[in-house]
Amino acid sequence: MLRNFISATVAAVGVLSIGGLAQAQETVKIGLIVPMTGGQASTGQQINNAIKLYQQKNGDTVAGKKVEIILKDDAALPDNTKRLAQELIVNEKVNIIAGFGVTPAALAAAPLATQAKVPEIVMAAGTSIITERSPYIVRTSFTLAQSSTIIGDWAAKNGIKKVATLTSDYAPGNDALQFFKEHFTAGGGEIVEEVKVPLANPDFAPFLQRMKDSKPDAVFVFVPAGQGGNFMKQYAERGLDKSGIKVIGPGDVMDDDLLNNMGDAALGAVTAHLYSAAHPSAMNKEFVAAYKKAYNTRPGFMAVGGWDGIHLVYEALKKTGGKADGDSLIAAMKGMKWESPRGPISIDPETRDIVQNIYIRKVEKVDGELYNIEFATFEAVKDPGKTKK
Amino acid sequence: MTLLTILFDGVAYGMLLFVLACGLAVTLGLMNFVNLAHGAFAMAGGYACAILVNRAGLPFFAALPIAFVVSAAIGAVLERSLYRHLYTRSHLDQVLFTIGLVFMSVTAMDYFMGSAQTFIHLPDYLQGQINLFGLGVGRYRLMIIVICGLLTIALQMILSKTRFGSRLRAAVDDPRAASGLGINVPQVFALTFAFGCGLAGMGGALGAEILGLDPYFPLKFMIYFLIVVTVGGSSSITGPFLASLLLGIGDVAGKYYVPKLGAFVIYTMMIVILIWRPNGLFGRTAAR
Repeated sequence: MLRNFISATVAAVGVLSIGGLAQAQETVKIGLIVPMTGGQASTGQQINNAIKLYQQKNGDTVAGKKVEIILKDDAALPDNTKRLAQELIVNEKVNIIAGFGVTPAALAAAPLATQAKVPEIVMAAGTSIITERSPYIVRTSFTLAQSSTIIGDWAAKNGIKKVATLTSDYAPGNDALQFFKEHFTAGGGEIVEEVKVPLANPDFAPFLQRMKDSKPDAVFVFVPAGQGGNFMKQYAERGLDKSGIKVIGPGDVMDDDLLNNMGDAALGAVTAHLYSAAHPSAMNKEFVAAYKKAYNTRPGFMAVGGWDGIHLVYEALKKTGGKADGDSLIAAMKGMKWESPRGPISIDPETRDIVQNIYIRKVEKVDGELYNIEFATFEAVKDPGKTKK
Repeated sequence: MTLLTILFDGVAYGMLLFVLACGLAVTLGLMNFVNLAHGAFAMAGGYACAILVNRAGLPFFAALPIAFVVSAAIGAVLERSLYRHLYTRSHLDQVLFTIGLVFMSVTAMDYFMGSAQTFIHLPDYLQGQINLFGLGVGRYRLMIIVICGLLTIALQMILSKTRFGSRLRAAVDDPRAASGLGINVPQVFALTFAFGCGLAGMGGALGAEILGLDPYFPLKFMIYFLIVVTVGGSSSITGPFLASLLLGIGDVAGKYYVPKLGAFVIYTMMIVILIWRPNGLFGRTAAR
């Protein structure tokens, strides 16, 4: 009798605890840490918009799990990122952390991802080293080296012999410059002038005059996205466009988010990048239309990084059958291939970094709006920052 | 040839700095009030102009005076409601109050206008370069020089020739004696403050094309305004004017000839000048 009672109790407790566990696993929580305020706010807004849109379209349940997004604003300050990531992992028990608007933010969260075995999906930050900092980091955005090396190769092959460079003096700017220079000079090009401008630079006039006086075929430019418009305006004001000097660079400068406000000065700029809102695929047309309808603005490459990030999580959950622990998710994500609004992409199984097409685009006017029109494609580009080693 | 272009760009940049900062020279130098929120009024003018031109379709030249009026009105309201109470307080109180105002303005603009750069759509005839005696001259910069030059002359005339100017100078030199003579000192200060804010607003509108316009404008350029005022000395309009020109030309020339040191030139100049003349180029030599 007593024995029966005990075994019954044990069974009941067992059932209860299994039930409890099952309940806890009904939801998969994603801690989304992006800058929603401050100078990088547009990055966070685009990512958040894209994820919301994805969940509206595909529902918030996958493989029997409800996917819940917990949005946190780190204002692109790495201290905040680390604190928020820790809170999310310890208190909210999130299964995945995602977002990360700038490189220092992504790096700050890396040790936590390793320690807690929580996948960290980088949807924006673009420095090569990020994915090497933790075996749990996967990236769905891009690396600066991808676009900078490609534009270097392209320029050398397309009749551009002499280039003057103008880059902002901070890590991504120096990265862009270094990768471009390597590939451009290897292709036979010559750098005639190299100017690094201070990050908080009020006026490009003197630097542009220097560019003009060095008489290059093209100016390679990398400045933080917000300054691109100012640069292009002053470039035209100084008459560089009329003296036949082209603008080339990685596509961040011509972000779809800002492009249309830059005015006609931006026309003709050639950049290499992973995404243009004008990418001619059915999937992208649908994506752009839905995004425009929901938010009344066109998506930029940050939105695509967010879209693919959440897609990756959904697909990984399908593959693991709903198992949401870090190791299974990372294993499922490695080598995954899919069609994104930007074109075909995959996750490199060795580096967990993104492999994608890089397109050469030129700014043109379509229906009264400025767009980056793609005219050449470099297929399945891996991160040159890593393959070099 | 290049030298002339650099000089031209430097003058345009300096003139712009002057229009932006001269209001601060007035409040700081004449009224002895530390107003770090000066850039916020410039930003308000810039956004007012952007909204009028881009959304309401007003011509740029019609929007400029309105930008002045908007900033001046905001300045007048804030002066009457907030600033007035701080005139007699310590400088630390004034700094804390105005820096708080800066942060509030930054966040408010971020909320209403978004954090991205805003551009003002310029008419075609202000874009590109024209050729003056073989010298390539940016039209927009030429316009800045003309407008700012006229403004400077007008300011100097108002201060030295008009009745209001003499009242202002009297009110500054000795407020007690001035009010004893029947000058309404608080009113003079309020008008001056509003006028300075208006000038900043116009500077913000003019500068959007060259300096850029985003919610962080007041923070980004606060240091430049302060440099102009400290280097120029704050006892007259001429001091900040010459200081602005000097810094504008120095900054542009420095960035052109020694781009690696570019950003430091302006600060080096400030340090050297302040060691040489601690009260600024045209400062009062004896403390009051």
